[in-house]
Amino acid sequence: MSVFKIEDLRVSVDGHPILRGVNLEVRSGEVHALMGPNGSGKSTLAHALMGRSDYEVTGGSVTIDGEELLGLPTWQRAAKGLFLAMQYPVEVPGVRLDDMLAAARQARHAPVEDVPAHVAQEGQRLGVPVALLERGVNDEFSGGEKKRAETLQLAVLQPKFAVLDEIDSGLDVDALRDVARRVEAMTHEDNLGVLAITHYARLLTELRPDRVHVMLAGRVVQSGGPELADRLEVTGYEGIAAELGIEELIVETRVEADPFGDPTIGNSPFADPLA
Amino acid sequence: MGGPDWLVERRVAAAERLASIAWPTSHEEIWRYSRIDQFDIDHYRPMSAEELGPVGGETAPGGGPWAAEAGERAGMVVVRDGRVVHCELDPGLEAKGVRLCDIATCDDDQIREALGRASSQSEDAFTVLHDAFLAGGAFVSVPAGVVVEAPIVVLHWTEGDQEASFPHTLVVAGEASEVTVLDRFGSPNTDHLVDGVVELLVGDGASVRYLSIQEHGPRTWHIGLQRALIGRDATLHTSAVALGGAYARLRSEAVLAGEGAESYQLAVYFGDGTQMLDFRTLQDHAAPHTRSDLLFKGAVEDEAHSVYSGLVHLRKPAQKSQATQTNRNLVLTEGAGAESIPNLEIEANDVRCSHASAVGPIDDDQRYYLESRGVPPEEAERLIVLGFFDDVFARLPLTSLTRRLRSAVVDKLEHRRGAAQ
Repeated sequence: MSVFKIEDLRVSVDGHPILRGVNLEVRSGEVHALMGPNGSGKSTLAHALMGRSDYEVTGGSVTIDGEELLGLPTWQRAAKGLFLAMQYPVEVPGVRLDDMLAAARQARHAPVEDVPAHVAQEGQRLGVPVALLERGVNDEFSGGEKKRAETLQLAVLQPKFAVLDEIDSGLDVDALRDVARRVEAMTHEDNLGVLAITHYARLLTELRPDRVHVMLAGRVVQSGGPELADRLEVTGYEGIAAELGIEELIVETRVEADPFGDPTIGNSPFADPLA
Repeated sequence: MGGPDWLVERRVAAAERLASIAWPTSHEEIWRYSRIDQFDIDHYRPMSAEELGPVGGETAPGGGPWAAEAGERAGMVVVRDGRVVHCELDPGLEAKGVRLCDIATCDDDQIREALGRASSQSEDAFTVLHDAFLAGGAFVSVPAGVVVEAPIVVLHWTEGDQEASFPHTLVVAGEASEVTVLDRFGSPNTDHLVDGVVELLVGDGASVRYLSIQEHGPRTWHIGLQRALIGRDATLHTSAVALGGAYARLRSEAVLAGEGAESYQLAVYFGDGTQMLDFRTLQDHAAPHTRSDLLFKGAVEDEAHSVYSGLVHLRKPAQKSQATQTNRNLVLTEGAGAESIPNLEIEANDVRCSHASAVGPIDDDQRYYLESRGVPPEEAERLIVLGFFDDVFARLPLTSLTRRLRSAVVDKLEHRRGAAQ
């Protein structure tokens, strides 16, 4: 049994405080949903946990089994058992998925020989065509294919805890079901603990949460059981905010739609007219 | 230097022209960003006939590991210091009329007629110098309708401090013929000048694949012209891999001379140390319904520099033609730099044309993505750079060499890392 603990986490971006003291605790095998409107700080939390360089941590603590992750470089956080499924997975043409995952496993002194077999097996389980796996990582994948591929990587890397940043966005019903079921299975089979960031309740009909948290303006303002998600469906975030007497729902002055910019193929330095 | 009378006369004529030619400077646009101002012709001397030795005098001309690395082949020419020392061709192909021999010594009227047909259209001081000292080279001729399945391998090795050599490769592909030619150039750590010319004459309906690999030692200068004339409905794929040399310049020119001609120019380069790799390209559309695609990708590290300057020229008759031109550069360290200058000249009004160029460091988002999976930063960089090259390696005509080229890239990446530690 492992514990992933976020305590009073404070994060600024470009000098603006975005996260204003976040507290969450996820245990192995549990699914926690973190819900909130665009701009409430959900994606900032995801990248701050993973250690993205332009997110400045100004206070708090993030631990797995008591071991502090803040201050560690990104790859070491991953090696300690944290995985981030990104909202906008990055295209890396020319780099094979097998090679990337083998390098990740190698860094944590895990065996690498079985990576290709494991990738193939998970590809089948998640409905990722073999041809796609032969390409560069996420190279010209559709939105849905990227999310399936993120889930595949999660399954192969077998972390202790996964943060899923809007894994449901851009997915059709079938893909959503495949992805959610695979993650749910990992919580049983591999005791994976999950923090699923979403602003749609529809993910939670497939990936059933043990706990639901509502984030407004950079804080977790309410936590409850699965029924909280149902209540949100009715009242909306404004309803919760009104109940709690909170006026401010979002913190970001600009809507941070995509921290990576539009991954338009034409703008990539790797775009290739001869392909 | 010997050879038939016509070749001797050709050398003399070039030597006379050379006397009146002004040596280029970096003030000329075509030499901008180059190292031409550091070039001193008097620093080098051509090798004498005695030094070059008698043709065929090589006792062990097997081609060594390079021949083995090229894999299965239809024929092989070994060129030392611009002089052909060994030549072999599959007898079955010889019976079909394929010729593979030395420009200077083989008895073939076709050579006299074809030599210089492409290169003379794009003369500069170095091609004239080349012609003045041309001692031989590989002549590849494939008759109409003949398909040469396995590649023809030409291995060039040059050495000798303060000496110059002048290799020439001449490929004549007859109507509807098919052939793949590899030119591989190398030298040890020697202060040598290679002034080379490659001419590719692609007949109507023919399909030619040409791959050049340049792995010179770190003090060698290589200045080369590679020019192709592509006939009606013919297709040419050229690929260039440039890894070595102190200053290595390649002019890669494709003339789409016949209606329906197609040209695909690919190059990959990686400079380290104080190297400069310099590319000037031309996609010259002179006929309707022609197509050209160009992709040049490279990386520089340490204090190395690269130059890409390319022109897409769509002439008036080239209606319904299309062209793309793309140059991507990874600049891996602060002291390194890359210039990228794409140019279009469009005289026809019904054409499609696009160009793109990029110069920059490794993409932060890509690096972060790999690190978020648990890949350490150095390994992430290695994977991304290799991926950048693999993308091109995967499309080279000789996959047998991919492993060798990949390990050369890895060596360059690791040498810097080793130096930093």
